[in-house]
Amino acid sequence: MTTARRSHPRVGPLAAKAAGAPVLDVDALLEDRTTHIIVCCGSGGVGKTTTSAALALRAAERGRKVVVLTIDPARRLAQSMGIEQLDNTPRPVTGVASADGGRLDAMMLDMKRTFDEVVESQASPEKARQILSNPFYIALSSSFAGTQEYMAMEKLGQLYRDAHIGNGTAGRYDLIVVDTPPSRSALDFLDAPERLSSFLDGRFIRLMLAPARGPARLMSAGFNLVTSALTKVLGGQVLRDLQTFVAALDTVFGGFRQRAQQTYALLQADQTAFLVVAAPEPDAMREAAYFVERLSGDRMPLRGLVVNRSTLAEGEELSAAAAEAAAERLETQRDGAAAVTAGLLRLHADRALLVERQDQLRTRFAAAHPHVATAVVPALAGDVHDLDGLREIGTLLAGG
Amino acid sequence: MTSDWPRVQLHVVTGKGGTGKSTVAAALALGLASHGKNVLLCEVEGRQGVARMFDVDPLPYAETRIATGLRWAEGGGDRTPGSVYALHIDPEQALLEYLRMYYKLGPAGRALDRFGVVEFATTIAPGVRDVLLTGKVFEAVQRNTRNRGARQYDAVVLDAPPTGRITSFLNVSESVAGLAKVGPIKHQADTMMTLFRSPRTAVHLVTLLEEMPVQETADGIAELRAARLPVGGVVVNQVRPRDLPDEALDAARTGSLDRSSVEGDLKHAGIESGAGLVDTLLDEAREYAERRALEDAQRAVVGGLGVPAYELERLAGGVDIGGLYELAADLKEQGLA
Repeated sequence: MTTARRSHPRVGPLAAKAAGAPVLDVDALLEDRTTHIIVCCGSGGVGKTTTSAALALRAAERGRKVVVLTIDPARRLAQSMGIEQLDNTPRPVTGVASADGGRLDAMMLDMKRTFDEVVESQASPEKARQILSNPFYIALSSSFAGTQEYMAMEKLGQLYRDAHIGNGTAGRYDLIVVDTPPSRSALDFLDAPERLSSFLDGRFIRLMLAPARGPARLMSAGFNLVTSALTKVLGGQVLRDLQTFVAALDTVFGGFRQRAQQTYALLQADQTAFLVVAAPEPDAMREAAYFVERLSGDRMPLRGLVVNRSTLAEGEELSAAAAEAAAERLETQRDGAAAVTAGLLRLHADRALLVERQDQLRTRFAAAHPHVATAVVPALAGDVHDLDGLREIGTLLAGG
Repeated sequence: MTSDWPRVQLHVVTGKGGTGKSTVAAALALGLASHGKNVLLCEVEGRQGVARMFDVDPLPYAETRIATGLRWAEGGGDRTPGSVYALHIDPEQALLEYLRMYYKLGPAGRALDRFGVVEFATTIAPGVRDVLLTGKVFEAVQRNTRNRGARQYDAVVLDAPPTGRITSFLNVSESVAGLAKVGPIKHQADTMMTLFRSPRTAVHLVTLLEEMPVQETADGIAELRAARLPVGGVVVNQVRPRDLPDEALDAARTGSLDRSSVEGDLKHAGIESGAGLVDTLLDEAREYAERRALEDAQRAVVGGLGVPAYELERLAGGVDIGGLYELAADLKEQGLA
């Protein structure tokens, strides 16, 4: 949330010269059998889902038993992984060139169903029915903002429990790769336990529960003001729905809070690795800085930064300015006769400018966050929508 | 060129993450203002991106003037210049303002805040959050006597949530339908819907010429149409420069450009190069030509969407205020603004 952001100061070395970031050794991370969870986070549109899937595939083909939890994959990528159905169940991906017993399952998060399952597991059948049909619950569980983050983490917790990690060969999975929702609030899950607690202990709950528990001892001037205001704005029926909802949820919230705390502890453990994914654009790098600082602030095990879609200098270098000047000379001196070469030089100038700008973004980022190991992935010409494409991304991630 | 959207008062700009929708929204607001209009640019995702783009202080929950035209327009003559105002809509503030405006609930609003009702409404009940944000936008478009003395705008530009969420974001009747079947909230949601579905609103979608964003744009258009929300134009952003003559593109792709003539030209231009530079240039040209071919294929898909398309070139040096003015001029020239 933005309020959370504003209240977090910048964290960095305070005085540092840019020295270039250490290189993120992706294969070492994937092959480390004590890594059990990889969480990919970052802002929208930077290629998080593709990165998650590519990491998962590469790990599987190096002998890990992997499940990848994706949030909202592009249709053709989902098809190629066999997860078009939103059924909340991991399905084996075919076509994985597995070695040493490695394999890959994939699933797409069904937010509402995950939420429903939590309610069902926490409440009596009758209470669960009551909650599931409440209009406030339906709105809360199916709308996007916030809920998706909680549910991704809830699903991660479930997968972790079901995987029996640490159970040697008997375990179902030994690595879970999680893609996080593409919102700006993707780190909301870090706040979930605290927010649930403050909500539960807050006056709002007491206010809503008041009629059910006997209002007499809670009566106060402010209290009356609020109830009458709510009735005026919402109308009696809506207020009653809301009260039923809160009363019903109150009984299952304890379980919610406990699970959120468990997941938080799981994320903090050494077996987890956070990767921040970014694109070489100022906005995306700014977001990445926020993620990096927030994760460090919460003592989450940050393992590195992945910068996707990068334009890298290749071959012989010629500065943008020199190329531009040469193009101009050709155009004035030779008219149209050298149009192709002039065009080539202009293309090169444009590219060199991009390379320079992206280089600077990364260098500055490294100066502010000198310990964040970085993998730079060059941009591919086309989109990735099959396993071969994912494999290629995996190779590039590993520095090949 | 005159605007393709003269009747539109509310321009909603959406797009897949990373396509530059905030940049396009800002450029559109500038382009509209350059006709001598007063334009409000609304931001709803708490990013303060507008403040960064215009290099001004973080925006408060108050309409703040962030750009104004020159008094002496080109072609001579004195005219009142247009202005862009910006508003950073914060759901909690919007709720308190709403309660004040519609229910005269000043002190009770603060009590609601104290009791955590405001926090519940704006963070825990996310559908409500969207209604509050769109509600404020609606209020800015359709100013009435409740907001006495407030500025009237010729147009409002909304830097909206991404394509995947835009339909549910604007479909406020739907989001409150489950919660309120009758009563004041339902009534207000319906009034808002009337504006959003009218020809006074246009939802523009920003895309790149890449497969995923184009696919998402097509899906977004279908969803908007199904919800009877008016689709505006598609803005194709960050289009690659076209420095290579068309006839050279094929040769570049197949690697059959004339090496020796390139080498000769370089020498002529005074670049002392080894064969290495020629290889680099030809490699870059092949990669560029491949991407151009992919772009052209996606451009054809965009062309088939049945909505007007506008194109903005990629600014290799990044987007600063001067860059925004350039993009605004491009949008104006093409008739989006």
